[in-house]
Amino acid sequence: MGQKLLMKGNEVIAEAAIRAGCRHYFGYPITPQTELMHYMAKRMPAVGGVFLQAESEVAAINMVYGAASTGHRVLTSSSSPGISLKQEGISYIAGAQLPAVIVNIMRGGPGLGGIQPSQSDYFQATKGGGHGDYHMVVLAPASIQELYELTVDAFNISDRYRVMTMILGDGVLGQMMEVVDFRDEEIIETYDKSWAANGHGNKREHNMITSIHLDPAVLEQWNIGFQNKYKLISQNEQRYELFNCDDAEIILVAYGSVARICKGVIKEAAAQGIKLGLLRPITLFPFPAEAFEKVLNIPKAFLTVEMSSGQMVEDVRLTIEGRKPVYFTGRMGGMIPTVNDIISKVKEIKEKHD
Amino acid sequence: MEVVFKAPHALVDVPMHYCPGCTHGIAHRLVAEAIDELDIEGKTIGVSPVGCAYNNYLYFNCDMVQAAHGRAPAVATGIKRSLPDNIVFTYQGDGDLAAIGTAEIVHAATRGENITVVFINNTIYGMTSGQMAPTTLLGQMTTTTPFGRDPKVNGFPIRISEMLATLEGPAYIERVSLHDVRHIRKAKEAVKKAFKVQLARKGFSLVEVLSTCPTNWGLNPVEALKRVEKEMIPHYPLGVFVGADLEV
Amino acid sequence: MFLHEIIIAGFGGQGILSAGRLLAYAGMLENREVSFLPSYGPEMRGGTANCMVVISEESIASPVLNSCTALIVMNNPSLEKFESWLKPGGVLITDSSMVQKRSNRKDIDIFEIPATELANEMGNKAYTNIYLLGKLIKVTGCATAENFEKALYGILSKNKHHMIPEEMDVLKVGMDY
Repeated sequence: MGQKLLMKGNEVIAEAAIRAGCRHYFGYPITPQTELMHYMAKRMPAVGGVFLQAESEVAAINMVYGAASTGHRVLTSSSSPGISLKQEGISYIAGAQLPAVIVNIMRGGPGLGGIQPSQSDYFQATKGGGHGDYHMVVLAPASIQELYELTVDAFNISDRYRVMTMILGDGVLGQMMEVVDFRDEEIIETYDKSWAANGHGNKREHNMITSIHLDPAVLEQWNIGFQNKYKLISQNEQRYELFNCDDAEIILVAYGSVARICKGVIKEAAAQGIKLGLLRPITLFPFPAEAFEKVLNIPKAFLTVEMSSGQMVEDVRLTIEGRKPVYFTGRMGGMIPTVNDIISKVKEIKEKHD
Repeated sequence: MEVVFKAPHALVDVPMHYCPGCTHGIAHRLVAEAIDELDIEGKTIGVSPVGCAYNNYLYFNCDMVQAAHGRAPAVATGIKRSLPDNIVFTYQGDGDLAAIGTAEIVHAATRGENITVVFINNTIYGMTSGQMAPTTLLGQMTTTTPFGRDPKVNGFPIRISEMLATLEGPAYIERVSLHDVRHIRKAKEAVKKAFKVQLARKGFSLVEVLSTCPTNWGLNPVEALKRVEKEMIPHYPLGVFVGADLEV
Repeated sequence: MFLHEIIIAGFGGQGILSAGRLLAYAGMLENREVSFLPSYGPEMRGGTANCMVVISEESIASPVLNSCTALIVMNNPSLEKFESWLKPGGVLITDSSMVQKRSNRKDIDIFEIPATELANEMGNKAYTNIYLLGKLIKVTGCATAENFEKALYGILSKNKHHMIPEEMDVLKVGMDY
């Protein structure tokens, strides 16, 4: 047994990053993720690491670019409007093939929006966000324990494929406390970093970290390399949870804190004699198509539930390709769908298909 | 036979893409000579800008990182904080440093970030073909000020060295010029001193280098050098703004 | 089934969030599954504040509550907002120094404690929430006084540990009020 602690989501991410060997954090304050920064400000000096409050999100992500260029594990975090500002740097990090981890504790948008929990940055997170044909790996934890596990994984995935990995949470996950069980000792995986710009020491040719290739033929090859890498990631890294799906009449599809609410819905529905299941994507990119193939023939329909106007539901439809009906329900702007909201939608769907 | 003049080791032996009469080549050489003379190539990491020098990672023999427009000081901060024992420099033009990257340079300077900045001021955007820069002089014609820079519309040219010198963070700031041999020699000493300041862990150092852009100024190389002397230096006086007494 | 879904609500500065954290910590020491979800943002500083605590023998589906089994309210607006969330058979505990309104519900157990006045008499306003928590753990059994004491030691910084014996006295007053 490790160390059991009652901790806030934002702080668990910070602690997990440190345990994963991350010694560099650059950030800029924004609600509802600031506790992550506060934790880093206290802890980093104690472990001989670097904590720096940047002058802007733009500067912070470029500091990440610099630190990642040297081959060190590096983290930044923000919330929706701040993540928009970081898109430039994220695109460059993708273009230069640098490993780094970024956290988005989402709040309602667009614009300054609000500060209450939301999932309206799904498109931005999974489809690229900045300019160019690129993706981040996107991990969507649903509990405090999973925030820990997935933050550690994020650093390993980033290093393994030289990609940026995003932890995509929302205000509920960032702010809530649950018990986390830390391993006594973290095994830090190490990867080849011979590409890093850390001074050639007169022992090798100079390394160059860059995202610019003015010859279109060269740039196309560079891009083909990315796409092959994403295919490999899709083969190796799809993660999901199937809960109660075996004889479900309707399978709910939800990620993050909404998936937790859906588990409450499943309990409540069972009490009313309705059998529901849950397909919870843990990786949003790569999208877990595997999971859908496993359960495709079980339910009469799928119901996607999000704190958005319906973003992930597009990937659900692309995956199911019309083979089963797909419905959507959700709330926006920081409103959280209630158990009753979802159950009434379930009943509406049931009536259509019974 | 004794070799009395050769290419610096810190420069890669490839033809550069700069226009005839452009002083980027000289500035590159000065940086490379300083790296050679201080014997720091193996531990130096340079940061390339966006602008005409965007691909100078191909020209410097040390490890290089290419940055987004204006962000070089933030990227250099990330590198230096990760590798405090290495030497980190940025090489930036006036559009990159004084317009889109103003926040980054001001904050790197005020943090006293222990990096060296080589700032090329040629009063114009070169790479994107001759638009107004923050440093463009009043009345100067550019592709975006075709009737000359009008302060009522475009405001006034920024004196970066003087502005940064008001901060407490910088250890050394000097403005130099490349318009003749005597000044090139002085510029060389300034660039070398800036690296020595970093080696001595004294903090932020910046050398502003008054440079030419014959292509976008519409002048021949000789006329361009004269313009630096006659028009730029009166507005951008040469000298040490911070760290005159600093011994390194 | 052992399942306590608790909402604590009042003004920012009344110790709402720290009460919730203490409760969750005590629940953890009972070897239960726990979750704590605070309201956040500017409302914490003077506006209304609330938190949701779940203590359960099974893994917790959602930390976001739409109903509750126990409710502590420390001002009038919170009573108005959350009274209907309480399930039949649930427990309502009010700080009657602050809450003048009374619930008309007949299907719940109601306890009124003038916690703010009692705390002022003790000369420490920070004890207000402890009176109410005492009543809560007594009537719901969601945590023991013993684990509550351990939670105080676990959460409070060392320089406040000398106050814990007095806080435990306060807790007992709340339990028996």
